[in-house]
Amino acid sequence: MNRALGLLCWRGLIIALYAFLLAPLVVVLVVSFDTRPYLRFPPEHLSLGSYAAVLHNTAFLHAGLLSLLVGAAAAGVSLAVGTGAALALGRKVFPGRSVIQALLFSPMVVPHIVLAVGLMMTLQPLGLLDTLSGLIIAHVGITMPYVVRIVLSGLKGLDPACEEAARLHGATPWQTFWRVTVPALRATLVAAGLIAFLFSFDEAVIVLFIAGHRATTLPLAIYHYIQFRTDPQVAALSVLVVLASMIPVVVIERGIDIRRALAG
Amino acid sequence: MQAPPRWLRGLLLAPGLLALAVTFLLPLVWLGRISVLPRSGDGVTLPGFTLQAYQHVLGDSFYWWVLWKTVWLGLLTACLAVPMAFPIALFLARSTTRWRGVLAALAIAPLLTSTVIRTYGWMVILGRHGMINDMLLWSGMLAMPVRLDNGTLATVIALTEILMPYAIISILSNLGRLDTEIEQAAALLGATPVQVFRRVILPLVLPGLMTAALLVFVLAVSSLVTPQLMGGGRVFVLATEIFNETTLTLNWQVAGALSILLLLLFGGVISVYQRILQRMEERF
Repeated sequence: MNRALGLLCWRGLIIALYAFLLAPLVVVLVVSFDTRPYLRFPPEHLSLGSYAAVLHNTAFLHAGLLSLLVGAAAAGVSLAVGTGAALALGRKVFPGRSVIQALLFSPMVVPHIVLAVGLMMTLQPLGLLDTLSGLIIAHVGITMPYVVRIVLSGLKGLDPACEEAARLHGATPWQTFWRVTVPALRATLVAAGLIAFLFSFDEAVIVLFIAGHRATTLPLAIYHYIQFRTDPQVAALSVLVVLASMIPVVVIERGIDIRRALAG
Repeated sequence: MQAPPRWLRGLLLAPGLLALAVTFLLPLVWLGRISVLPRSGDGVTLPGFTLQAYQHVLGDSFYWWVLWKTVWLGLLTACLAVPMAFPIALFLARSTTRWRGVLAALAIAPLLTSTVIRTYGWMVILGRHGMINDMLLWSGMLAMPVRLDNGTLATVIALTEILMPYAIISILSNLGRLDTEIEQAAALLGATPVQVFRRVILPLVLPGLMTAALLVFVLAVSSLVTPQLMGGGRVFVLATEIFNETTLTLNWQVAGALSILLLLLFGGVISVYQRILQRMEERF
C-alpha cells in the first residue's frame, strides 16, 4: 500500500515536471491556432489564419532564408575546418596536443554575451556589422568547438584495424581516408554538421549585437516582433521553426547519441 | 585512422586554429583593448591606456548592485532547476517503459528550440492576459489582472524552465556510475529507502548535481534574451547592462569593462567549483 502510494507520488511528480518543462511550447502551439489579433489563452475559435499570415509576411520569410543561409554556411565551414582539426588531434599524442585541444574547446566556456561584445567591436571597424559575412564569421566561432568535439568522439569509436587492413591491401593514405575513414564517420559527420546548423539557427544573443535591420536572422526577427506585439502570428512562426528544428534532431538521434554529443 | 604525419597534421590544424583566432581570440583581445582605451568627454575613443572604465564601474554602487543581482539570479535559477531536473534524470535513467526514448527526447528537445521562442511561451503564460491571470480572475482570487510577466520572478521562472534540459543532460551523464545493485545491497542490509537515498544515492550523484548547478548558474548569469524580454526593462543584470552600454549608451569602454568583469566572475565561480569538487572526492 505504502509502496503503491509512493509510486503514485513519484509518477505525479514526473508528470508535473514534464508539464512545466513543456508548458511554453504547448502554449505556443495552442495559441498559434487562435483567431484573435491579441493573446488570450485558451483560444475561442481555432483556425490556420496565423499560419497563412506568416507565409505572407515577407519580413519573416527573408529572415528565415537568411537564417538558413547563415546556418548552412557556418555549419559547412565549421564542419570542414573542425573535422580537419579533429583528424589532426585524433590519434597520436604529440607535444602541445592538450593545449591545442583546450584552446579549440575554449569558446564553449566563454559566455556568448562576452563573445558578442568582442565580435561587435571587431567587426565594426571592418565594416562587417549587419552583414551576411559578419554573421557567418560569428557563427563559425560558436559552432566549430562542437564539431571538433563530436568528430573527436566519433574517431574514438573507430577501429584502427579497418584502416590498417585497407593500407595492407595497397590503398594509398588518400584512398584509405576517402574510402574507409569518411564512410565510417558518416553518421558522426552528418550529426556534427546538423548540430552546428541548429546552434547557428537558434543563436539569439550574438545576432542582437552584430545584426541589425539589413541582416536579420529568424530569432532576431521574432525577438524584435515580440518586443512590441504578441499576436498569434509569431506563435505560428514559432511552431514552424520548432517543427523545422525537429527534423535534424531526428536525423541526429539515428546517427549518434545526441545527449553524449552535447554533454561531452 | 592512422596518425597523420607531422606536416599533414600542421596542415589539418592550421585552418581550425586560424578560424579560432579570427572568430574567438581576436574579438576577446580586442574587447580587452577597447576597455582600457581613454575616452574623451563627447564619447570619442582616443589612443592610449587608462583604467578609467574599470574605476567607473568599480566605484559605482549601481554596478555592484547589478553584480549582486546577477549572482543572485544565477544562484536562484540553479537552486530551482537542479532539484527539478534530478527526478526527471533519475526517471529517465531507471525507467524501462517503451516510451523511454520519446520521454528522453521530450526532455531534451526544448534545448534545441530557440530561447526566444520559449521566452515568448512564458510571456503568453505569465502575461497580463495570460493563462495564470485568467485562471486567478476566473476563480475569483483576483479582481484585476496583475503583471506577472515583468520582473525578476518571471525571469527566474522562465530561466529555470529554459535551463532545465541542460541540467537533465548533465545529471544523466553522471548517473551512469549509479548501479542499482549498490542500492539493492544497501536495502538488503536493512537500510530504509530514506537511508538508501541519503547515504548511498546522494553521495554518488552529488558531483553530477554540482556540475549541473554550475552549468545552470553559468548559463543563467550570461543569459540576455530572457531577462531582457521577461524583465520588461526592470531586471538589471550584467548581461542587460552590457547590452545597454553597447547599443544605447554607446559607451564601449564600460561595456568592455563589464564584459571582462563577467568573465572574471565566470573564472572565479568555476575555480571555486573545482575546489569544492576536489574536496568532495577526497571525502567520499
